[in-house]
Amino acid sequence: MDMSLPNNKMKLVMVGNGMAGVRTLEELLKHAPEMYDITVFGAEPHPNYNRILLSPVLAGEQTVGDIILNSIDWYRENNIQLHMGKKVVKIDRKNRFVEAEDGTRAEYDRLLLATGSNPFILPVPGADLPGVISFRDIADVDAMVSASSQYKHAVVIGGGLLGLEAANGLMKRGMEVSVVHIAPWLMERQLDEPAARLLQKSLEEKGMKFLLQKQTAELESNESGRVSAIKFKDGDEAPADLVVMAVGIRPNTALAESAGLHCNRGIVVNDTMQTYDPRIYSIGECAAHRGIAYGLVAPLFEQAKVCANHLAQHGIGRYQGSVTSTKLKVTGIDLFSAGDYMGGEGTESILYSDPIGGVYKKLVIRDNKLVGGVMYGDTVDGAWYFSLLRDGKNVNELRDHLMFGQDHCGNLGHGGINKAASMTDDMEVCGCNGVCKGDIVKAIREKGLFTLEDVRKHTKASSSCGSCTGLVEQILAVTAGGDYSAAPKTKTMCSCTEHTHEVVRAAIREHKYLNIPQVMQAMEWDTPNGCASCRPALNYYLISTWPGEAEDDPQSRYINERAHANIQKDGTYSVIPRMWGGQVTPSELRRIADVVDKYSIPSLKVTGGQRIDMLGVKKTDLPKVWADLDMPSGHAYGKALRTVKTCVGSEWCRFGTQDSTKLGIDLEKIFWKMWAPHKVKLAVSGCPRNCAEVAIKDVGIIGVDSGWEIYVAGNGGIKTEVAQFLVKVKTEDEVIEYTGAFLQLYREEARYLDRTVHYVERVGLDYVKKKILDDAEGRRALHERMLFALSVEKDPWMERVKEGKEHHEFEALAV
Amino acid sequence: MSNWMKVCSLDEIPRLGARIVRHGDIDIAVFRNAEDEVFAVEDRCPHKGGPLSQGIVHGKRVTCPLHGWNLELDSGCAVAPDEGCARQYEIRLESGVVHLSLA
Repeated sequence: MDMSLPNNKMKLVMVGNGMAGVRTLEELLKHAPEMYDITVFGAEPHPNYNRILLSPVLAGEQTVGDIILNSIDWYRENNIQLHMGKKVVKIDRKNRFVEAEDGTRAEYDRLLLATGSNPFILPVPGADLPGVISFRDIADVDAMVSASSQYKHAVVIGGGLLGLEAANGLMKRGMEVSVVHIAPWLMERQLDEPAARLLQKSLEEKGMKFLLQKQTAELESNESGRVSAIKFKDGDEAPADLVVMAVGIRPNTALAESAGLHCNRGIVVNDTMQTYDPRIYSIGECAAHRGIAYGLVAPLFEQAKVCANHLAQHGIGRYQGSVTSTKLKVTGIDLFSAGDYMGGEGTESILYSDPIGGVYKKLVIRDNKLVGGVMYGDTVDGAWYFSLLRDGKNVNELRDHLMFGQDHCGNLGHGGINKAASMTDDMEVCGCNGVCKGDIVKAIREKGLFTLEDVRKHTKASSSCGSCTGLVEQILAVTAGGDYSAAPKTKTMCSCTEHTHEVVRAAIREHKYLNIPQVMQAMEWDTPNGCASCRPALNYYLISTWPGEAEDDPQSRYINERAHANIQKDGTYSVIPRMWGGQVTPSELRRIADVVDKYSIPSLKVTGGQRIDMLGVKKTDLPKVWADLDMPSGHAYGKALRTVKTCVGSEWCRFGTQDSTKLGIDLEKIFWKMWAPHKVKLAVSGCPRNCAEVAIKDVGIIGVDSGWEIYVAGNGGIKTEVAQFLVKVKTEDEVIEYTGAFLQLYREEARYLDRTVHYVERVGLDYVKKKILDDAEGRRALHERMLFALSVEKDPWMERVKEGKEHHEFEALAV
Repeated sequence: MSNWMKVCSLDEIPRLGARIVRHGDIDIAVFRNAEDEVFAVEDRCPHKGGPLSQGIVHGKRVTCPLHGWNLELDSGCAVAPDEGCARQYEIRLESGVVHLSLA
């Protein structure tokens, strides 16, 4: 059967030629380019353009040509039949065709309704006069631009996002603009009063006038029949040669309703974006999903992805709703709002107000979680707050510095720059991947990117440590007009599955899955054998849940854990043998020196973890190097216990109160073969002078005269986190048991690639204390499970040297 | 002109894994996927020269160990939006034996 024959293809008709609809087609063409014959009807005489950027076009900062997203050639190249300027007026569901005003018909097997929304027109006398328009499409912008060259007085009804953007644009076009608003302050659906007052003040400084708490009674015309004045219910009047109504939008459901499709504040759709007629899909501003019709681009693109997936008859993607937030696109004004920004009963607010400096921030917290916020004047942390909000993260421990933003929480990497607008194109945004502002702007413009995810994929900016995310989002907002928002992050493991880490892990435990194919089959993985993110995670979950029983699959481990050495940029490896607690013997040092000579290892370095690193070892030499070293694996390559850093302690130090070296060695010898969700570093200091730097370790122990203090969840990486005090104990045995229990809890509950700091941040230190301190039996059981898991592990270097395990890994083939 | 050479038996390549075939100065990565299909591409990621043979194999793709680029094994080309291709070699499997053409 030749599926490419046109008459074998299904027919897909799309009504509406806007951003959400066309994005669906783009996604569909990626998945199943040959599946459908596609026909598109658009009421406007334009190809798909970026409606979000109408404001900059009105303001004269961009042109209509700049905001076209899909040229007419694009439709042609993809064999899409495009009917521009044709409004569909009828759907015949029985005979499965649609008909346009001019009689053009198209038959469908699948129909996609992406009819968007209509502006709401106030039902007042005079609403239909010439000179009264809305702000919705290119025609409205043209009307405003032409009015601005002939007339003086503009009135914008509606002090919301769209109204203010319209007013700003008209002002820039030289008109005198008054904004009429029914509420006591502007943007009341996004801002609280103090933020709105700051906004109003700065817009007034630009020349905008405001008529607040005014209700429109009627619009009056002059002798030529054009609108000339606006009259309010309180009797006041204002001159108006142009009236722009921006009082809200209504989902455009007329066509769907006329076809008998169920509508309720939008065309009602399910999680796969199907209407009550399963052949008919609907997405975008016209669709009501779980009672919400979204108006921002990110959720609509999320819907588009799901819809395209379903149209392509792929898998099981579902749209589960989005949390949204808002930015105002008025040049020179920084404003961000999300969630429950007003607060109220059961919430607390943290406020920062600097009216002279023009900065206002408010964060609303309920049950130790951020539930909303407003920022004016300084929005660099908007993305960070938004992610805290979306993830429902416990912010109790961040509280003290929450208001001062992410940088204040110890982020390094972009030199304190926090305003994208003040950056030049050649300034670096992403220090990890060396991406400059200009690269990002260029990619956004040329590739038509809208979301942070898109920018990450194309430029790699913000895709590594993530500390520049706020900057990238600012650049995105300025360049593409992307409104912040995203689907709720349920943290699926990766795009191969819709299950979360927690669900997968629980299933492995409950059903005793013992290998990766079992998990993938039982949990209906979307890909035949996963990807480079889920396979290592699954392998870890299996071996940590069923030690000794589950299959440890080397092909599902990252190369470092397969080769038991660290891959370097040139494909060679580095070798770090274990030096217990940083102690080393003369004969070990001699062997290291001999190995370096014998295998011509180019570089030898002392690490930060009190060990020695041999860099530039050829992979084929690894087993020989290990054999000659005759030292245990240092696991410097693994999500495993790395070092236990120690100071010399009471044995030598004149200040030492405890034998920290011995305790460090004991800990290392017990836990050294442990696999973990991420690398784990320990340290033991013999007195509070803390020479072993325990404050930035996963578990840090400080000897004091009366015993040992245990600190957990420190981190010295991208984000410096000081370890938190867990408990003080008297004996070394207790230190070992508490350490074992804490690490086992982390091993059992953390998501793969979470460090202890991330894990503890997620569950809260109180939870950890409950498990480790309050429940003595539970603590012992955790430690026992740790010891059992350790009992089945061998030294991977010796297994390979003495037993020849995985020898093929280290041998090349010759031809 | 093709020049078929015997490389190894299929079992010598781990499933969802790779072996390196050294040919003069060139390393060729020979992959085997879960369906026992075999692929051969030069062992150099088009991005920064990473050894593809060391990556994780999934479906008909490999993820480079250095910076996580994904490459299609049957074409040697990077998965969009990344761009670039590693050189591809002809390979075939005959009664359990892998043959490579280096012409």
